[in-house]
Amino acid sequence: MAEPNGVAMQQQQATKPQYQFNGIHSNHSSRGASPASQLPPIRGNIPMSQLPPSRGPIDAVTQKIGQLSVSGQNTPNISPNKLKTSTPNPEGIQNHRPVFSENPSPVVPSNMESVPLNDNGSSDIANRNLPAPQNALNSNIFTSSNQRTHLSGGIPPTQQNVLPNRPQVNLPSTSNVIGQNYFSQPNNVPQVLQNQNMPPQNQMFSSSQSGQVLQNKNMSPQNQMFSSSQSGQSVSNFGPSAVAAAFPSQIRPPTMNPQQQNFAQYPQQVKPTTQPPSQPQFRGVQQPPQFNTGLPARTSPYNQLGQGQVLQPPTQRLNPQINYNAGPVAAPPPSLNGPSTLPPRAALASNRYPTNMPQQQQQPPANNMQNLSYPNQQYTAQQPGVVQTGFNRLWGSEHHDLLQLPNILPPTKIPAPQINLGQEQLNQANCSAEVFRCTVTKIPETAGLLQKSRLPLGLLIHPFKDLSYLPVIQCNVIVRCRSCRTYINPFVYFVDTKRWKCNLCFRVNELPEEFQYDPVTKTYGDPSRRPEIKSSTIEYIAPAEYMLRPPQPAVYLFLLDVSRLAFESGYLEVLCNVLLEELKNLPGDARTQIGFLAYDSALHFFSLAEGLNQPHEMTILDIDDVFLPTPDNLLVNLKDRMEMVEDLLKLLPQRFSNTFDGNSALGAALQVAHKMMGATGGRVSVFQSSLPNTGPGAVTAREDPSQRSTAETPLLNPVNDFYKRLALECSGQQIAVDLFVVNSQYVDMATISGISRFSGGSIHHFPLFKSTRPLAVDSFQKDLRRYLTRKIGFEAVMRVRCTRGLAIHTFHGNFFVRSTDLLSLPNINPDSAFGMQVAIEETLTDTQQISFQAALLYTSSKGERRIRVHTLCLPLANTLQDVINSADQQCIVGLLGKMAVDRSMQSSLSDAREAFINAAVDQLTAYKFSLNMGNSTNGLLAPECLKLLPLFIAAILKHPAFRIGTATRLDDRVKAMIDMKTLPLPLLMQQIYPDLYPIHNLELQEVILNGEEEPVPLPPRLHLSSRCLENKGAFLMDCGDHMMILVGPNVSREFLNGALGVDDYQSINDGMLEIPVLDNLANQRLHQFINYLNDEKPYNVSLQIIRDNSPNRGVFLEKLIEDRLENSLSYHEFLQHLKTQVK
Amino acid sequence: MAFNFAAFSYIIALIGDAFLIFFSLFHVIAIDELKTDYKNPIDQCNSLNPLVLPEYILHMFFNLLLAFAGEWFTFFINLPLILYHINRYRTRPVMSTVGIYDPTSIMNQDQLTLCQREGWIKLAFYLISFFYYLYGMIYVLIA
Repeated sequence: MAEPNGVAMQQQQATKPQYQFNGIHSNHSSRGASPASQLPPIRGNIPMSQLPPSRGPIDAVTQKIGQLSVSGQNTPNISPNKLKTSTPNPEGIQNHRPVFSENPSPVVPSNMESVPLNDNGSSDIANRNLPAPQNALNSNIFTSSNQRTHLSGGIPPTQQNVLPNRPQVNLPSTSNVIGQNYFSQPNNVPQVLQNQNMPPQNQMFSSSQSGQVLQNKNMSPQNQMFSSSQSGQSVSNFGPSAVAAAFPSQIRPPTMNPQQQNFAQYPQQVKPTTQPPSQPQFRGVQQPPQFNTGLPARTSPYNQLGQGQVLQPPTQRLNPQINYNAGPVAAPPPSLNGPSTLPPRAALASNRYPTNMPQQQQQPPANNMQNLSYPNQQYTAQQPGVVQTGFNRLWGSEHHDLLQLPNILPPTKIPAPQINLGQEQLNQANCSAEVFRCTVTKIPETAGLLQKSRLPLGLLIHPFKDLSYLPVIQCNVIVRCRSCRTYINPFVYFVDTKRWKCNLCFRVNELPEEFQYDPVTKTYGDPSRRPEIKSSTIEYIAPAEYMLRPPQPAVYLFLLDVSRLAFESGYLEVLCNVLLEELKNLPGDARTQIGFLAYDSALHFFSLAEGLNQPHEMTILDIDDVFLPTPDNLLVNLKDRMEMVEDLLKLLPQRFSNTFDGNSALGAALQVAHKMMGATGGRVSVFQSSLPNTGPGAVTAREDPSQRSTAETPLLNPVNDFYKRLALECSGQQIAVDLFVVNSQYVDMATISGISRFSGGSIHHFPLFKSTRPLAVDSFQKDLRRYLTRKIGFEAVMRVRCTRGLAIHTFHGNFFVRSTDLLSLPNINPDSAFGMQVAIEETLTDTQQISFQAALLYTSSKGERRIRVHTLCLPLANTLQDVINSADQQCIVGLLGKMAVDRSMQSSLSDAREAFINAAVDQLTAYKFSLNMGNSTNGLLAPECLKLLPLFIAAILKHPAFRIGTATRLDDRVKAMIDMKTLPLPLLMQQIYPDLYPIHNLELQEVILNGEEEPVPLPPRLHLSSRCLENKGAFLMDCGDHMMILVGPNVSREFLNGALGVDDYQSINDGMLEIPVLDNLANQRLHQFINYLNDEKPYNVSLQIIRDNSPNRGVFLEKLIEDRLENSLSYHEFLQHLKTQVK
Repeated sequence: MAFNFAAFSYIIALIGDAFLIFFSLFHVIAIDELKTDYKNPIDQCNSLNPLVLPEYILHMFFNLLLAFAGEWFTFFINLPLILYHINRYRTRPVMSTVGIYDPTSIMNQDQLTLCQREGWIKLAFYLISFFYYLYGMIYVLIA
């Protein structure tokens, strides 16, 4: 009966400690309780036209900006005190659980179980039934997680983190319930919702669109009534519903009766009794909660504020009543039923916007309430919508007419959809969406069904991601399936206590004695107590049979381009300084080796032999047939020769300062590096700043600057296979080559990147690098620091297995595919991700679940052989609606991007662009087909789970990898394509569609507490359109690898002086790369917000502050991809185009 | 019964075709080994690549003989394959050695299926044409 979600696990894997703090309880409760969360996001007024203004040359924008006015005064001012009371105070990183949530979860479980049975009110069947088992589960989980902490010595202390996170229990609900709910749903919900949520639009509609005027009329009184009644008598009238709104996910209203009474007042309702449960669920799931919250903020702040006020009293009242209510923790969040997008969960998984979420959750019930109160009117107004809503109810899906929704973006990050396996424990155990993500949350049963849905089927995996919580196991026998070698995982079936059935090949295997032993109780018995069965991400310390040779030491070799161009760029000095500082932080043990090799038209070796006073340089001029001048001392032990290495790093920048050698023998240097490291393997870091134009692997400049607006296919492909072949040889010797391109001219990235692409390396690009440009230096330093100190795994292989009937079709990323499911990765780093396309080869009708398992075998920098195993389990779908509604739009965009890179390299860029548009058209067509509505609708319909897909596709068409018509240097384009293949999804999404936030009034924004108990303001995300900018504002754009702040010309003096710490507008200069730390609220909030954004990234990215009249603002404005740029379509035009295509 | 140039061409074609059958058999087996993870793609490509050009040249050579002998029908049966071979080699990945198989892309499922299908179709074609050449040879000899 349960339909839980697997948030807990995902949370444990979140990177930062504060995520741990935000356990699911704390999240829900804090959200529920926080009035701040009710605050409407502050935005500018909507321009009269919903069309994004088309933007020509950049100069035009300022005027556009000028039209918009700030709406700061709309935002209710919430005092910090209030916020603090509502947001629970964490008591410590480990056990942060807000006061409020603590009550619900551990409350006497037995009691809880009994409660729902007692008051099975007719109105609330769904709600009541669900909580009970959940609480039971909850309690189980608690105890089990306790056991686990003691479980085995091999498990690191981090395991305690389990506690706070574990209890995130998720809310089961049966499909039956869903069905009921939908049927009981009042008709035409979508329209009503739209109107409510988009008041500014309503005005527009009422003037322009006759069809919707009626609704507007209906709605407006409702709004008023709702808000007024709320503000006055919060609990009595709207109490329950408000509570439901406040704690939709966790806590059912303490008393159901009032609610029923309320419903009873509206006899017109179809099925008043079943409605209350249905609505939160229904709305939360299918109806876009994000949508709800994003929009209403603008014009109906009172409404929300009202809710916020209402919310508090119930919160306090709730505690005593928890036992009665039975399901505080367990009560299903409204969104949990949904097959597809479940905002709370992913947000919880990442815990990014805890306070914003409640908005989403609270909103729907409020809307419901409004719907409920006037069902009749709506009904009459919406007669034509009956068929439509009937289908919605049938299939449990809500759709949006994209053309009617200018503001489609949720105010928070878009969460990953929830995977529902039908069992509480399984959902909890499932792999984090940050590590393993599939384009659908339900696998179609047949290839035909997949074909009909037109969705790409594939996986994105980030296997070596830095995890804050990772169980590590050391045992004698690693339990694996005897036939397919699958590692035991939470989704196996235990035939009895001695045998288990593999979930990939279905073979029944014996369980070793050791596995049944529970170290906590020192007894033999239930094998499901083992960490392997509890967590789908796990790391084993591998015994000797997993080694072909003794684990290799960490070996680092630096290849430095010292040609004339390299000297002019000045990278060497920056590099040497950073390296000097970070030398001691290089990952490794006592065996760590390091070496340096400089090259221009000759190779310069540095011998660091013992007894020398200073490094001894040897130059080899013969680059066609390279050899090593001396057998040893080129790679030396770092600990032993630390001083010598430091001497060398101090000498290097000056050593080549007077060179006029314009040649660069990269190929020869790589060959010699291969020779040097062949015996051990390791990491080669190449710093290249000029075109490698001499020696083996020489290339010529083939870019035609006049052709930069398009790219011909041959230019995207390597001109020779030297680097590829060398990479394969390196791969065989466990050598990975990482490429840092610090170029100011064309370096033929397409060719030289081959050395990294096929050896599992990473590629970093700093175009137009000059040591005199502070921004470039800053980002180079930051990236380099992260690169040098991040974790590293040597001699790695990754195998991806999947349930019989599926097959991995194509891999994307930097590696060499050694066999059908085995990737050879000489090095693995925590910042690289992979994608794979999956094909359905057999009908899966007989299968219950589909599992994917990725096992990464690597040698840690400490010389330990380890295996990291991730298992993702997905249910099956057998109807087209199910499949389409289970789509994961972000993942789809990520995968489409990878496929399009292949397409543009094999066929052409325009083909790839066409393929994107076709993908959008096909998916919307398939959805329309699945709705089975014929041609009765005029709009461009998209399901909730795919509503952002056209936006993302419009954005990706303007991404440097795929854009045409805008001058893009070939190297930049190739690098963007490589990023498309290798970046982890969150970063990739930020590159495709950067996050834009208003920051001029952060002190007025709602706040949440992060792990260190610091308040973090959470401004709403804005659309990337100049209509969202205003000249009185300042806006921060987070592009993933850097951030930019655009300061409008009329921004308040207080903001300039306070937050930015500058005297006046003119004193913001182009070199401003950081914000001074000042002692005022606005400044603190800004720092907190920026730190908060940085916390999600692998390293603190560089920040650039841009004045609106600075020449640099082009870099900001070109990211406003929803507007029309020179000759690419605006988002709205793109939608119009899609509409003509969707049949 | 006359042993003319056409008959000679057929005999050469027959012998050549026997080799081609072995080539494509080897090809099919090699691709299958890749599919079932028996071989490393680098090794496999190294063993497959040197055989590609000999196969193409051998096929073209006896077809040229047949064309010279005026056996137009036989030649036109083989023409599509000749053109396919030329195109296949023209669009091969950038590589410095002979051959058409690239170890980095061969493991792509699309490529593997393509190669396998190509191998089977060619095998069938060579087998059938083997008997056709036999028939053609006898026919010419008898005529």
